[in-house]
Amino acid sequence: MANKMHVKLTLNGQQVEGLAEPRTLLIHFLRENLNVTGPHIGCETSHCGACTVDMNGKSVKSCTVFVAQANGAEVTTVEGLVNPDGSLGVIQEMFREHHGLQCGFCTPGMITRAHRLLQENPRPTEEEVRFGMAGNLCRCTGYQNIVKAILASADMLNAQKEAAE
Amino acid sequence: MIPAGFDYHRPADLASALSILQTHGDEARVIAGGHSLIPMMKLRMAEIAHLVDLQDITDLKGITVGDAEVVIGAMTTQAELIGHDGLAARLPLLREAALQIADPQVRNMGTVGGNVANGDPGNDMPGLMQCLDASYEVVGPDGARMIPAREFYEAAYFTARGDDEILTRIVIPVPAAGTGYAYVKQKRKIGDYATAAAAVLVGKGGASVAMTNLADTPVWSEEASAALAAGDIEGAVAAMLDAIDPQEDMKGPVAFKKHVAAVILRRAIAQAQARAA
Repeated sequence: MANKMHVKLTLNGQQVEGLAEPRTLLIHFLRENLNVTGPHIGCETSHCGACTVDMNGKSVKSCTVFVAQANGAEVTTVEGLVNPDGSLGVIQEMFREHHGLQCGFCTPGMITRAHRLLQENPRPTEEEVRFGMAGNLCRCTGYQNIVKAILASADMLNAQKEAAE
Repeated sequence: MIPAGFDYHRPADLASALSILQTHGDEARVIAGGHSLIPMMKLRMAEIAHLVDLQDITDLKGITVGDAEVVIGAMTTQAELIGHDGLAARLPLLREAALQIADPQVRNMGTVGGNVANGDPGNDMPGLMQCLDASYEVVGPDGARMIPAREFYEAAYFTARGDDEILTRIVIPVPAAGTGYAYVKQKRKIGDYATAAAAVLVGKGGASVAMTNLADTPVWSEEASAALAAGDIEGAVAAMLDAIDPQEDMKGPVAFKKHVAAVILRRAIAQAQARAA
């Protein structure tokens, strides 16, 4: 029991691997084994969403996934949402522009969830944004600007897409 | 919040999963989405020596929508259930209820099979499945058997499924055309379990009423269903209040829970009647 296993992930487009006990939670593996500290540990009880990452194209709370379950998965964290030149991605930029953060603790989870929400629904209404972001808590209660930032991100991404077509 | 250690198994098919359960007996447990089990393991309320992950067993996935019945594979996530338009057209009550479970991230991992099999009185699907008169297929060393949802729940976390059996599919009879439906849930905040929730079907000469998180099992009431079928709403509410057995906890005292149960049930009945053709 409790032997370490060989874990492989595709993390932000890169192949990574490490040794971990199966009981290791994905959030701990990311932060402690791989030094990827974007996803935060908030409540550690799958309520707050600060640990949200993208796993195989779906938003999940990485505090409630064993690394053994994630073995072989494609994982994206907030670090993977920057532009190829390292500058802020659209959603990150819109959070900055619309002040979609106060203390910033929930922000990586918010942005990672918003990224997937806008893939699933590229033109959400304000109500759909609020419903889609319901798994992410901001203890500063800065929801108004978070929602604004996500709606602005949707407009920006749609404009970019149309310009490219 | 670190669970005790375990050996991890990820079998590729059902036969292998069953054989691991056979080998390790009650030291082994299956994990589906893990969003009930992992929190219990973190709190060390569940210690499991052998964890059997069902994610690679493709036979347990998928939704089949037929004219007479709907079949949902146990490993279907709540998000997959919500996203299935054919299912929503045939049985809209399922999507309505699933959208009220937890939050988007949890619905991406949490499965329908896990929700019904776990036996947690707070879970929404068990009461819903009792309302719909669904049956669960469980497969064990002696083969498959069907268990009606109304006979599955024995006490909190105790069900009719044996330790060496795996719940594989949920079979739901499609209600008659024109049947009104509603799932109404009172919760303190997103992600919380119900203070009270009601599943109601009402149609020509028939009705079915079940409630969630008001006893140590879901409560389907034959008396409440018969009263509602006869058009007696107050009789249905009275019969249900008689059938539930809420306990005082951080959601409130018993009298409050009974009050909320009646309010929620009346709302669900009104909504279902308004939708009945």
